[in-house]
Amino acid sequence: MADSEVTDQSGPKDGIERAKNEGKELTKEEKQRLRKEKKQQKKGKEKKDDKAPKESQKEKPPAAAAQPSTQPSTQPSTQAPSQKVCSAVPAPAVAAAAAETTAAKEKPTKSKAELKAERRARQEADRASKQGKKGDGAQAAPAKSKAAPSELQPVVKRLPEHIQVDNPDVLKKLAKKLERQQIPLRSDYGYKVSLFSHLHQYSRKAPLTQQLSIPSSVIHPAIVRLGLQYSQGIVAGSNARSVALLHAFKQVIRDYTTPPNEELSRDLVNKLKPYISFLNQCRPLSASMGNAIKYIKKEISNIPNQCKDKEAKNKLLNCIDCYINEKIVLAAKAIAKYAIEKISDGDVILVYGCSSLVNNILCEAFEKNRKFRVIVVDSRPRLEGREALRRLVQRGIRCTYVLISAVSYILPEVSKVFLGAHALLANGYVMSRVGTSQIALVAKAFNVPVLVCCETYKFCERVQTDSFVSNELDDPDDLIVTRKGKTQLENWQDVELLGLLNLVYDVTPPDFVDLVITDLGMIPCTSVPVVLRVKNVDM
Amino acid sequence: MPGSDKETDLTERIEAFLSELKRGGCGTGPLRGSSETARETTALLRRITAQARWSSAGDLMEIIRKEGRRMTAAQPSETTVGNMVRRVLKIIREEYARSRGSSEEADQQESLHKLLTSGGLSEENFRQHFAPLKANVIEAINELLTELEGTTDNIAMQALEHIHSNEVIMTIGRSRTVEAFLKDAARKRKFHVIVAECAPFCQGHEMATSLSKAGIETTVIADAGIFAVMSRVNKVIIGTQTVLANGGLRAVNGTHTLALAAKHHSTPLIICAPMFKLSPQFPNEEDTFHKFVSPQEVLPFTEGEILSKVNVHCPVFDYVPPELITLFISNIGGHAPSYIYRLMSELYHPEDHEL
Repeated sequence: MADSEVTDQSGPKDGIERAKNEGKELTKEEKQRLRKEKKQQKKGKEKKDDKAPKESQKEKPPAAAAQPSTQPSTQPSTQAPSQKVCSAVPAPAVAAAAAETTAAKEKPTKSKAELKAERRARQEADRASKQGKKGDGAQAAPAKSKAAPSELQPVVKRLPEHIQVDNPDVLKKLAKKLERQQIPLRSDYGYKVSLFSHLHQYSRKAPLTQQLSIPSSVIHPAIVRLGLQYSQGIVAGSNARSVALLHAFKQVIRDYTTPPNEELSRDLVNKLKPYISFLNQCRPLSASMGNAIKYIKKEISNIPNQCKDKEAKNKLLNCIDCYINEKIVLAAKAIAKYAIEKISDGDVILVYGCSSLVNNILCEAFEKNRKFRVIVVDSRPRLEGREALRRLVQRGIRCTYVLISAVSYILPEVSKVFLGAHALLANGYVMSRVGTSQIALVAKAFNVPVLVCCETYKFCERVQTDSFVSNELDDPDDLIVTRKGKTQLENWQDVELLGLLNLVYDVTPPDFVDLVITDLGMIPCTSVPVVLRVKNVDM
Repeated sequence: MPGSDKETDLTERIEAFLSELKRGGCGTGPLRGSSETARETTALLRRITAQARWSSAGDLMEIIRKEGRRMTAAQPSETTVGNMVRRVLKIIREEYARSRGSSEEADQQESLHKLLTSGGLSEENFRQHFAPLKANVIEAINELLTELEGTTDNIAMQALEHIHSNEVIMTIGRSRTVEAFLKDAARKRKFHVIVAECAPFCQGHEMATSLSKAGIETTVIADAGIFAVMSRVNKVIIGTQTVLANGGLRAVNGTHTLALAAKHHSTPLIICAPMFKLSPQFPNEEDTFHKFVSPQEVLPFTEGEILSKVNVHCPVFDYVPPELITLFISNIGGHAPSYIYRLMSELYHPEDHEL
């Protein structure tokens, strides 16, 4: 498949200009015409690569960039190439300015075509570099040099839908997209605090699966089960969710058969899209899940065409197993090795909530006969610390248990604080369970070192400075508690001025964190973008 | 005989008060608030003054000190009892001095100069008998009682000076003083209140329902979210259980975290505390500072097996150092934490610090 490079501006120009003049989106006919024109210009015209990044600089990141990737999914298979290009690009998720989204609404017509072309060009560069690596070193060099300058260019970013709930246009587009994929739309629940009106707030009592027909023909049953487990909180925790996701995808791949006249590399990715939308509706995807999905899509699209079904599927299953083994299991071992150096005899270690990685480290250190005791800090309403407490006590580690409001009482006894992370952001902030930043703050006030443990696959290219712009709102009814027979907040919905806020994540500034232990070694918080850059070049 | 009846009646009342103190205690949900305790203590002390047998100020002070010691021993964390006892002792000293004819100024401040020039002042033994002393003391105690009744209103009256419109105010747990403060401001201004629920007692829930019924837009957050939302908060207004002699606080647990978060974001921390909460204690008595309640609140008995292998702590109070506090609002106005020592010397006599 030698998709050659495509021009960007000449063909669809008139259609785009017309649409721009009229200020409307391209109609279906116009879009089909665009594609036809692009195909005609496939052979021959050389697209200048430097032009594409410049155009991306001119363009505003559109929120509707999701559209070009999903709109063609209903078109016949000839649209598959453009789609594959869009999905295979390791485009990072977020962080354009919110003010630009409304302006971007006016410009999606122009940027859609340009984006597609630019992505196709990048895909070509990647493929050329791969083929070059196999044989020719000289080919690899120009591919790499092409890759290097493009890394410094601003990457086209799109704003995810789940932080634009207050924008009715975005909600309409989402509803349309879900309708096409035949996935039910989950509705928000309860009064939302005004500061968070841009986020979804769902109720646990109304899972999405209730709205699905039985048997569901669109969504694989393993995915339905997974979605239910996510939304009810049965599978919780960053690593657990990623591993469950990958196992479910393995099942999907095993049950997949390529339809006739289709290519596995393109069709399978299309099949996965509605599943991912469904899971996103059940519970917003975590950063680790996002990275895992990117990896899978890349692996699928890199399957050569000549491969038979069975071979291809085996290859994919192996890839997934490899990913889990490398990025999660072996990474945990490496992190434990580094972390054990930091634990000395007589230590009093404070942990917060239930982090599988931190529990792993403590259990390994205990097996290596280090003498220490652990203080588990927990918080309402999730009370995940009790699970961590059970696991540690089972191993025989001496534990103390307090709630987060007592942390300034207990901290003078503590010698080190170990925290887990949900994601590490590119500006050095640590995104983790709500309450982590508080613990780091109080530890800093008492001069206790704070160590964060995080695998590299959780590193994320987003940037964020506060816990408001991108967060998850959990079911507000969880805060209700009955004490001494009285439930104060029972009828909070009836009182119109009363709101309940149940945040899931918060961000910890890097000045509170002393060290981050990753599978690549022990790094300061501010070195996260360096690691991301190194990883991107490798990939 | 009428005399002994009165005495037994008095001792009965004292015993009843002591047992209520022992059973009550704040933190798990007070059976009474601190202002009720203060009023009851003062009423009881007035009764002792009226009914007990004493002939000179020294005797009276001895009696009151003895009862005061018993009362503070019944519930050490309830410092308002001790504070009221000290106030009454100071009243007795003042009335005695006035009866003797010496000016009030001479006794009050023991300045360095006075210590050098008039060494005999501390030899005052309060042995002289004055007939109108009893009536004067009882009248002064009545004044103290009226002052106590008006504290919450006096503090609430100052609300409009400190809260402007469209503010976001944060508070923790439940304080009647802060509730009155915010409700008074809400009559004229519109603002938003975020209440941290203060686990495990979750008194913040009650506060939130009460505030929202008064027409204030309220949000309840879990304790874990304090730092997360602090960046959007304009002021933190809290109550406290005790104000310590160095200007620090002994407040409900979670307050220290709140104060640190406010400091990090440079948000002013305002304490609404009436004067009867000011105590001459310092925070360096480690074993007596903290009070603990049943760990069942934190890890309930339903957790079963792991309970025997785990230490569980449930402290009730937190210490907040004075550096983190911006302002105290009391019934006599607003003060900086550095002024507290001065207020203390006005309210209590240094010899009464140790009962």
